[in-house]
Amino acid sequence: MNAPQSLTADGWTVAGRTFSSRLIVGTGKYKSLQENAAAVAASGAEIVTVAVRRVNISDPSQPRLTDFIDPAKVTYLPNTAGCFTADEAIRTLRLAREAGGWNLVKLEVLGEARTLYPDMRETLKATATLVAEGFEPMVYCVDDPIAAKQLEEAGAVAIMPLGAPIGSGLGIQNRVTIRLIVEGASVPVLVDAGVGTASDAAVAMELGCDGVLMNTAIAEAKNPVLMAKAMKAAVEAGRMSYLAGRMQKRMYADPSSPLAGLI
Amino acid sequence: MSVDGSCSVRINGEHRRVPGTTTLAEMINSLGLDPHRVAVERNLEIVPRSTFESVCVEDGDDYEIVHFVGGG
Repeated sequence: MNAPQSLTADGWTVAGRTFSSRLIVGTGKYKSLQENAAAVAASGAEIVTVAVRRVNISDPSQPRLTDFIDPAKVTYLPNTAGCFTADEAIRTLRLAREAGGWNLVKLEVLGEARTLYPDMRETLKATATLVAEGFEPMVYCVDDPIAAKQLEEAGAVAIMPLGAPIGSGLGIQNRVTIRLIVEGASVPVLVDAGVGTASDAAVAMELGCDGVLMNTAIAEAKNPVLMAKAMKAAVEAGRMSYLAGRMQKRMYADPSSPLAGLI
Repeated sequence: MSVDGSCSVRINGEHRRVPGTTTLAEMINSLGLDPHRVAVERNLEIVPRSTFESVCVEDGDDYEIVHFVGGG
C-alpha cells in the first residue's frame, strides 16, 4: 500500500467533491448555536448534516443556523432524519435542493421509532427515485453487505451503515459486517451512527472506512468542543493506523528485547 | 377570493390572508423571511426560487416554507 506521508495528501472523494477531513458532524442537540459552531470548528469537519424544517412564521427573528455556520465555508448535507417513508424523504430532499441549490444529500428512511433502524425497502426505493432526479444521495443503511451493494447499484454515492443505533453511543457493534461492506464497496463507506467516544471513531477508521458521521457523541459530551477535538484526533489516528497496517495478533507473548546477550 | 380581494392561504399549517396580487417574493418578505434562505412548496409542488418574483399567490393555496436547521 502506498500510504501518503501526510494527512493533507490523504483526502477522500464523494460524488466528485474532495475533502480532507474524514469527520462529518451533525448540528442537532447542541445547547446553543454558538456552541454548535465552536464544536464544528474544533472538529475540523468540512461537511455538516442539517435538517429541513418549517420556518417559524410566528417568530421569524429566531437565530438561524446559517448565521453561525457559513454554508459557503462548510458543506451543508441535508438529511432526511425523521422520515419514515420514501415519499416523505424525497419530498424533503426536493425542498432541500431548492433551499441549498446542490444535489449532494443524505438519505435516511427510518423503519421504527424504537430502534431508528433504516427501512431498507423504502431506502432503496427512494435512492432509485432520487438518482433518477439528479440527486447524489449518501445513504444511511443497515450493516448488510448485500444491501450495501444494492444501494451502490441503485446509484448511492456513499454507503453509510450504522455502527449501533442512532444516538445510542454504544460504539461499533458490528466490526465484521462493516469490514465486509468496506471490502465490497467501490464508493466511500462511512460509519453513520453509534459512535459514543473517540476510540469508537478510531475503530471505524481502522476497519477501513472512508469516514465517520456523528452528532450525539459530540453534542451530548460534557464538553462538546473538547470532544469535537478528540474526535478529529481519533479519526486521523484511526486512518493513519489503517494505512500503516496493524501487526498480526499472537496467541502468546513475544518479547520486544532480544533474547541473545542476556547476562 | 373574498370581497376585499384578499386571498386566504395556509402557510406551514397556519391560516393567513394576503392581498390579492401578492407575488410569492412579497409574501415571503412580508413574513419577515429572506427569500434566498428558504424553499417553498406550493400545493405539494416545489416553486423554483427564480420564479418567486413572478408567481402570484392564489386563493386556497397551501404553502410549506422550510429552511435548514440543526440536525443529525
